[in-house]
Amino acid sequence: MKPQRSLEIGTGLFVLLGFAALFFLTTQLPGSGLSLGEPTGYRVTAKFDNVGDLKVGSPVSMAGVRIGRVEEIRFDPNDYRAAVSLQIESSFDRIPDDSDASIQTQGLLGGKYVGIGPGGSETFLKPGSQIEFTQSAIVLESLVNKFFANFASKDAGTATDKTE
Amino acid sequence: MIGASLGRIGAVAVFLLRVLGQCPAALAKPRAVIHQIYNAGARSLIIIMLCGLFVGMVLGLQGFDLLQRFGSEDALGVAAALGLLKELGPVVTALLFAGRAGTALTSEIGLMRATDQLTAMEMMAVDPLRHVIAPRFLGGVIAMPLLVAIFDIVGLFGAQLIGVQLMAVDPGAFWSQMQAAVELDDVNEGIVKSLCFGFACSLIAVYEGYHAPPTAQGVGLATTRTVVVSSVLVLLIDYMLTAAFLGR
Amino acid sequence: MSAPPVCIRDLYYAVGTRPIFAGVDIDVAQGQITAVMGPSGTGKTTLLRLLTGQVLADRGRIELFGESVAEVDKAGLYALRRRTGMLFQNGALLTDLTVFENVAFPVRAHARLPESVLRRLVLSKLEAVGLRGAAELMPSQLSGGMARRVALARAIVMDPDLLIYDEPFVGLDPISMGVIVRLIRELNETLGVTSIVVSHDVEELASIAHYSYLLSEGRIVAAGTPDELARSEEPVVRQFMSGAADGPVPFHFPAGDLAADILRRAEPRRRRS
Repeated sequence: MKPQRSLEIGTGLFVLLGFAALFFLTTQLPGSGLSLGEPTGYRVTAKFDNVGDLKVGSPVSMAGVRIGRVEEIRFDPNDYRAAVSLQIESSFDRIPDDSDASIQTQGLLGGKYVGIGPGGSETFLKPGSQIEFTQSAIVLESLVNKFFANFASKDAGTATDKTE
Repeated sequence: MIGASLGRIGAVAVFLLRVLGQCPAALAKPRAVIHQIYNAGARSLIIIMLCGLFVGMVLGLQGFDLLQRFGSEDALGVAAALGLLKELGPVVTALLFAGRAGTALTSEIGLMRATDQLTAMEMMAVDPLRHVIAPRFLGGVIAMPLLVAIFDIVGLFGAQLIGVQLMAVDPGAFWSQMQAAVELDDVNEGIVKSLCFGFACSLIAVYEGYHAPPTAQGVGLATTRTVVVSSVLVLLIDYMLTAAFLGR
Repeated sequence: MSAPPVCIRDLYYAVGTRPIFAGVDIDVAQGQITAVMGPSGTGKTTLLRLLTGQVLADRGRIELFGESVAEVDKAGLYALRRRTGMLFQNGALLTDLTVFENVAFPVRAHARLPESVLRRLVLSKLEAVGLRGAAELMPSQLSGGMARRVALARAIVMDPDLLIYDEPFVGLDPISMGVIVRLIRELNETLGVTSIVVSHDVEELASIAHYSYLLSEGRIVAAGTPDELARSEEPVVRQFMSGAADGPVPFHFPAGDLAADILRRAEPRRRRS
């Protein structure tokens, strides 16, 4: 009986440990990626000309502090812009309603996030409000293209010398 | 040559179907399956944790060295977590599993064949696929994702140990960047991989054991083949799954 | 009475191009001990595998309890095997189970008995082979003779109608051998189990068998009671019964000329894989 019991205990421990690890991986690591139950807080929208590679679940932050996440990204066929729904946590309920939203990049190669810059208004964003002032994602390629276009036009005169 | 390989693949596929057919019956008597989870999982725990710790520590060192050149060593947590979750965790665990549990399965089943134990079962009108093969297969399939998860956690701890304790990466940045960057899809990718690897490694191990020639040399060769075939298969499946996940 | 336990007619079987059996007829009568004897390598073990449907014959008919093993489906074959107990050469105990669990194994697999009934059944079978005290040992702790007795207990735990012994005397000391001989006879007499003993130990077989077949070169070369075989004038039978090294059964495996073989040594030899 004794070896059988220690075997069962060992297996039980192993399985418990394994599932605890799995649980930690799925719930703790992806930040708020897995929302348990109903999402808390309120929802506001913002329209961007270009969202770049912003994804659903990307963070929304203010002064570098995470205050919510991107809930939904869809294309608005009326004005050809991207309509982004932001889920803001309810504790951040004093965001001026003339604040601006911009799509920014974490570090040089990091993912995109929505940064909220506070405005000066006395009234605050309410559930369902729309953020009017937005700045689109900076698309690296177009920036590089612009840079090289300038460079090429400036450099056109001297280029012949350098071929020697 | 090609014909033989095709025949082999076909034989493994037929064997898989026969084993799968016996799995419900094996699950109905869970004691044997529990026993095999213990053999494949709990007994591999120490080596998995030890290797996870070292892999995580190496990730911490290499990742720090690499990221420091771009001045973004705060992203060490992200690098370690993604590296472990998506690649190193499942692959290294699967390779260790093939070496530790897979060989044990193959030689055990091969010796059971060589000492007529499987034939004796057939003579007792007991299907060895149900009573020997299916529980071992299921035990491996169940144990693998759990082992991978444990490997990941220990690996993260190792990376954290090096990054935060030794290299003085800001612990807040380490964890918060990791949590912000890691998505559920990344975790799922690792879990899907570990399930596929567990499936493949267990299948190869029991197949080689079941079909090993009943001699000392035959069992030895079958055990070697288990390691070789499992390892190649794991890396092949890893590439295909990675491509599939990136293509989404 | 029902059909005879075993009936083999015109059996042909070959491994590759080497014929193992070429026209073998064997009958086993109800309640008797039938011995199948023959020199090593005449396919005695193969005969048992054919008999239990593990391999199929090339030609001929093998019947167990009146049913052809080649024609029944898997369920039917398992039903036949459930009526058959088999003792393997090396016991073939399941190494990861205790002696008790080994004997209980077929019962657990086929019937749902209360643990107390099962326990009484298993212990009574172990008592019959004299190893009740070893119930909690692992197979690795047993000697060869004890392992074979445990295997015998396992073979009879389902109360089979037919018991098959594959080389039950090989590699045993005289005492263990005597014990096995006694057990075979007792099981036959007390339970009325029909038995087939495959072996080449002439003396032991002569003491217990009711009827013997002598296999050689794929054929039955002699059949009869032990006494009849002992008195036989057939050269093959004489050689086998007396244990002469050379005779109709050659000492040498078939080979070419020795001198030619030695001369050929100089060339690289090719081995068959």
